[in-house]
Amino acid sequence: MEFKPRIVAFLCNWCSYTGADLAGTSRMEYKANVRAIRVMCSGRIEPTFVLKAFINGADGVLVCGCHPGDCHYQEGNYRCLRRFLLLQKYTKQMGLETERLKLEWISASEGKQFAELVNSFTETITELGPCKIKETMKVLM
Amino acid sequence: MEESKPKLKLAIYWASACGGCCVSVLDVHEKLFDVIAAADLVFWPIALDIKYKDVEGMPDKHIDLTLFNGAVRNSENEHMAKLLRAKSKILVAYGSCSHLGGIPGLANFSTKEELLRRVFIETESVINPDKVLPLPEYEVKEGILNLPEFYNDVRSLSQVTEVDYFIPGCPPQTERLLEVFTAIVTGAELPPKGSVIGADIKTQCDECIRNKSENKRIKKFYRPWEIEDDGVSCFMEQGVICMGPATRAGCGYRCIKGNAPCRGCYGPPPGVADPGAKMMSAIAGIIDEKEPEEIRRVLEDVVDPAGSFYRFSLPVSLIRRKLV
Repeated sequence: MEFKPRIVAFLCNWCSYTGADLAGTSRMEYKANVRAIRVMCSGRIEPTFVLKAFINGADGVLVCGCHPGDCHYQEGNYRCLRRFLLLQKYTKQMGLETERLKLEWISASEGKQFAELVNSFTETITELGPCKIKETMKVLM
Repeated sequence: MEESKPKLKLAIYWASACGGCCVSVLDVHEKLFDVIAAADLVFWPIALDIKYKDVEGMPDKHIDLTLFNGAVRNSENEHMAKLLRAKSKILVAYGSCSHLGGIPGLANFSTKEELLRRVFIETESVINPDKVLPLPEYEVKEGILNLPEFYNDVRSLSQVTEVDYFIPGCPPQTERLLEVFTAIVTGAELPPKGSVIGADIKTQCDECIRNKSENKRIKKFYRPWEIEDDGVSCFMEQGVICMGPATRAGCGYRCIKGNAPCRGCYGPPPGVADPGAKMMSAIAGIIDEKEPEEIRRVLEDVVDPAGSFYRFSLPVSLIRRKLV
């Protein structure tokens, strides 16, 4: 059977979710592999959320927030960036491919960029194949 | 009548453990007389010569209270975990290893094959030209010899069998054990099954004895030996990684009082699925940089996030072993 990756995207309410919405209202087409989760700010995205997404079967996780300097809450996206870089270091240690976790800034006007991001990320994950985390966690021996 | 009251039957067992938990029980010092006045020790390998077959011969639910320390790393540990579960009315996971997987749980960064190869073939002091590895079963002319089977994954006690209570700590603070023991002896009302007992519900930071301010801005992290600790202010504010924000209180700040940062042995506070993930949030929150390159530079000082943040809890965390 053809591998259809499952991708979880955490999108901030003020920029990235609005950007994704713009892609929709502009009738742009993009891959349907992304499950969008709206959070108020990218600063709200805890490392636990990302790890749980992987544990529950995500093959890739996308984290999107406002561009640096544009955060609705001033500092949230910087917090997100710091957490992301530390989380990336940790997931690499655990043997997860770094490409499976991606951070991008998407503004409310960047519907096109969002559609392109989803397409390219889906392609990357499709090439990588299914994430082995769920299988590894299943076996206790 | 006090004399006719039947004595409590107490068992203490070590699985994959260092022995420190058993010693922490001995640290009750002269209170040991109160313990043995109220309880008969029916099984305790560190102190009593009672064999596994004696335990196997006991009727089910014969033991009132079993303190099980150590992680489950091989088939012997698993057998004893299940046996003591069947023979005990109350089974307590005692100490970090049986509660969270503990230090032996760090073996989950490797596979069984990697560990056996390192220990029996590659270690500098080992002479093993025939590359002999331990086997669970080996036939000699007198018959078949057996060794416990070494597992690929280290597990906590509750990943193997049903556990009534958890007493955290590496080792648990002896005073807290006495509180729990007294509660059981006096027949006080016990918390709901599955609770963590002998510890608080807050984090270490909540009531830390060190001075905290709002000034949490870090441009460089230090290993404890790289910095002259002022002895009074928050370790995190000085740039020393301390597990306090993601660790349950109740240890009596033993490490902090010894001027060492918290290592996280009491495990996560209630409601936290993954202590390391919480720690990553906390650490990232205090870095005072905005540019990705600068943040990366600061994070270079966090040399081993997985090993530091999951030092005691790897087998029970969300990603409980290195992916294979």
